[in-house]
Order: sequence, then C-alpha cells, then structure tokens
Amino acid sequence: MPGVLGIEWRRSAGVLLGFRWLVAALASLPLLLLAGDMVSGAVGPDPGQTITEGLGLAAFQLLLATLAMTPLRRWTGWAGWLRVRRMLGLFAFFYAVLHVLAFLQFILGWSDLWATFTKRPYIIAGAVAFLCLVPLAVTSPVSAMRRLGPYWKRLHKLIYLAVVVAWVHFLWQARSDLGEMVIYGLLLAILFGVRGYWSGWSSLVPLKKG
Amino acid sequence: MLIKSRPSWALSHRHVTPEHIYLNRRRFMSGVAAGAAGLAMPGLLSAAAAPVQGEPLNFTRSPQFSTEEEKTPFKDVIRYNNFYEFGTGKDDPAKYAESMSVDPWSVIVDGECGKPGTYALEDLLQPHDYEERVYRLRCVEAWSMVIPWVGVPLADVVKRLEPTSKAKYLYFETLEDPEQMRGQQSIFSTIDWPYREGLRMDEAMNELAFLAVGLYGKALPKQNGAPIRLVLPWKYGFKSIKSIVRIRFQESRPKTTWERIAPSEYGFYANVNPEVDHPRWSQKRERRLPSGLFSPNWIETEKFNGYGEQVANLYKGMDLRKFY
Repeated sequence: MPGVLGIEWRRSAGVLLGFRWLVAALASLPLLLLAGDMVSGAVGPDPGQTITEGLGLAAFQLLLATLAMTPLRRWTGWAGWLRVRRMLGLFAFFYAVLHVLAFLQFILGWSDLWATFTKRPYIIAGAVAFLCLVPLAVTSPVSAMRRLGPYWKRLHKLIYLAVVVAWVHFLWQARSDLGEMVIYGLLLAILFGVRGYWSGWSSLVPLKKG
Repeated sequence: MLIKSRPSWALSHRHVTPEHIYLNRRRFMSGVAAGAAGLAMPGLLSAAAAPVQGEPLNFTRSPQFSTEEEKTPFKDVIRYNNFYEFGTGKDDPAKYAESMSVDPWSVIVDGECGKPGTYALEDLLQPHDYEERVYRLRCVEAWSMVIPWVGVPLADVVKRLEPTSKAKYLYFETLEDPEQMRGQQSIFSTIDWPYREGLRMDEAMNELAFLAVGLYGKALPKQNGAPIRLVLPWKYGFKSIKSIVRIRFQESRPKTTWERIAPSEYGFYANVNPEVDHPRWSQKRERRLPSGLFSPNWIETEKFNGYGEQVANLYKGMDLRKFY
C-alpha cells in the first residue's frame, strides 16, 4: 500500500528533522559561498560591493521562500513546510542584518549617514523593508506568539509590506536591465495571487462557481 | 598669455622614487631599446600597426600624461568592467566578450567633415605613433582605477578627418550585434542599442582626450572595449565609449544613451564632480580598486577627477550643477 507508506513516511519525525537540516543547509549556502569567494579571491577587486549585494539578494530570496511555505503546504498537504517557515524567516532577517551592516561598513564607511537615509529613495525603501522585519524577528519565539495572541498574526502580515518594499529597493537600483527584477516580480505576483485567490477573490469570478 | 606650469598630477622630483616607478623606468629603457631596433627597420615603427588581440604594441611613454599613483593590477582591470553589451554584472564582460569579433574592424566616419568614409582600423590610426598614458578612471558608481592606456590623442585623428566649420559636436557609436553581444539580446533592457556617446568639439580637441587601442602595453582585451575606445579621464567612465564603430561630426548636440534612459541621473557632460551628487549615491568619495574588505581604499574625489588644470577652462561660466 504505497499510499499508507507515503503517509507514514511523511509523518516520520526523522524525516522532518532531516528536512529541517536540509533547509538550514540550503539557507546557509549563500553565506558559505560568499566566504569561499573571499578566501579564493573570486570576490573581486571591490569586495565590499560584491558582499553587500550578495547578502541583500540572499535576504530577499529567503523572504520569498518564507512566503512560499504556506502555498506549498496547501498544494502538497504536507505540514513539514510550515515547520521550517520561522527558520526561513529568521535566516532572511539574519542576512538582512548582515546586509545592512555590510552597507554601513563597506559602502558608506559610517559616513554621510543622514544624506544617505533621507535623500536616496532606494536606500529609504531598503531601510523600510528592514525596519518591517525587526518586530517580526523579535516576536518569533513561541512565547511571544502566545503573549500576543491574535495580534501576532496581524503583526506578521508586515512581511507582505517588507517583501514588496524590498523588491522596490532592488528595482530602483537597476540601471538598465530589468530582467531579473521582472522574474522576482512574477514570483511575488504568484505568491500574492494565490493568497488573494484563497481569501475570496475566486468568489468574485462567477464563472468559477458551480 | 598663459604660462604653462607643471600639472599638479605630473611626476615630481621631490618624491623619492617608489619601487613601482623604478620598475617602470626599467620597462621604459627596454622600450627605448626596442625603439632603436625599430629604427633599423623603419617599416616596423613608422606608424601605428593595427592592434592584435593579446599582442604587445610599440609605443612611447608620455610622462606629462602620467601619474605616480599606484596602478590597478592588470588582472583587476580585465575582470571588473561595465560593458552592458555583455551583461550588467561586473564579471559578465570578462566571461562573454570573447564572442565579439574585432579583426577586421572598421569605423564609419560621416557628417560634417572633409574625409568621410568607412575606415579600416589601421587606416584610421595609420600615420600616428602610439603613446602610453597613465590615467585615473572614475566610474559614476563611486569606484575608480588607475590604468596605463596605449593609443593616440583623439585630436590628432579628428584633425586628419578635417571637420568643417559646422562640426560642433562629435558623436560615437558602439558595435550593435546581438549575435556577438549577448547583453543586447535581453528583452528587458531599457537601452536602445547601439550605445551612443558624444562630446563637444572643444572637449574632443582637448589634449587629454585619448583614443585607446591597448592597456598595459598590449592590445585592448575585448572586455575593455577592443579594438578601439575613448578614454576621457576627467569624465565619468560611461563617457569613455568602447568598441567604436562610428564617429560622426554634427552641428547639433547628440543625445547620449544614459541621457535617454535617465536624464536626471546622467547628463551630457558627466564631468567628475564631488559637489554634484548622483541621485542614488554621493560622489564625494570613491573606492580606489583594488579595495580591501576590512581596509577599504577610500579616497576623496577631486573635481574633474584631478584634471582641472587641463579642462576647467572648457566649462568656464557654465553652471555645473545644471550641466552635469
């Protein structure tokens, strides 16, 4: 009975543990690759720029991955996806913190702060995205979840704002070729689209009924 | 009467000669020896031969167009490039420029001049001798390099093409061929190829304006704009157009590629100026490459990239905040 076996396989605690380790390893990969590039010199003659960009991209990709867990849970019916969601979100925040520190240290050298954070639209967008993530990371422990009760869920809707503003932060840096940003925009549209569909957009389309 | 004094960036005897300058001197001496050999065989040295990929060039050094600053190593000059014809990543040109064919190469000369036509590269360069100039290159993205270029003064070539009195501007175009240049295949690119640049005639005739065919003594690598490119050290790097296939003399001011895409960010003049910020970043400082991660090589950006003595008079009376 393959079906029964399948269910048992999916419920096994060992599989879940293995899956969590796999996801943690994948989420650590960008950092390991950047570290490897630094050691080998492949990071190039302007390492500060390369590393800051690499960390920012990893943070954004992990935000997208975090948002993909709920749809994956619904499509596959496997609860394992939700068991790694918080970890992915915290990895995203971890990369975002490193990205901000790298920007301040390697790109700005801690100078020109006021002008940078008031005059440059793409920096303001990035700062807003980062500030949205801070309360989410702070309230990620189960204890905070319990204490906040129904507010927790509402607060964590901030991730939607964060990811959209982070995308704008990327878009405003593109100098000529928007290809990469269009692909990420499509991914975002899918992640938002399925949520909209589930939350009742479908009922607005009469043909879908019956 | 203008009294010419030593430019502030020229080699000065007050300085103890650092090792890399001493090594340059040795290279210069070997260059002289090669020159002497060339004199014995006049055909070899009488004029600039067409650059051949990877091959050394015959040239003389121009100490008055040099700098004592440390040069950016060859390996960094050829692996960190903005050449969007091959992609927007800094390492894309080094990865993909090999697909560009640069031999044979011809340049179309047209517009307001007495000698229009399609010139084979060697004919465009023919009577001029190559010289080496060590220039600072300041990118609009706030990084910079110091590069020894080999080439000819732009003014020499321009004069030979006999601009008419109507020629007020020079217009340049880069090769457009998506088959050879994968960056031109992207459907999401906002660049309307070919890449276009322009100069006012007096800017083109300035002694600093240079047509480079080589760097570090060899023919230009493809990712650096082989086989012929502009080098305008007092302007942001994007003005120094690469892989030139057209030079046109015009009465009206050409609209450049970056001006078309984002006129609020990139002006026609694009002179290096720490007092005028780019909307996305400050221009007050630059990272001189190679830069370390924990010891970033920050330096203060100078107006006209430190070449004010040569070029400031071109912009007298102009509001450089308006004409950026």
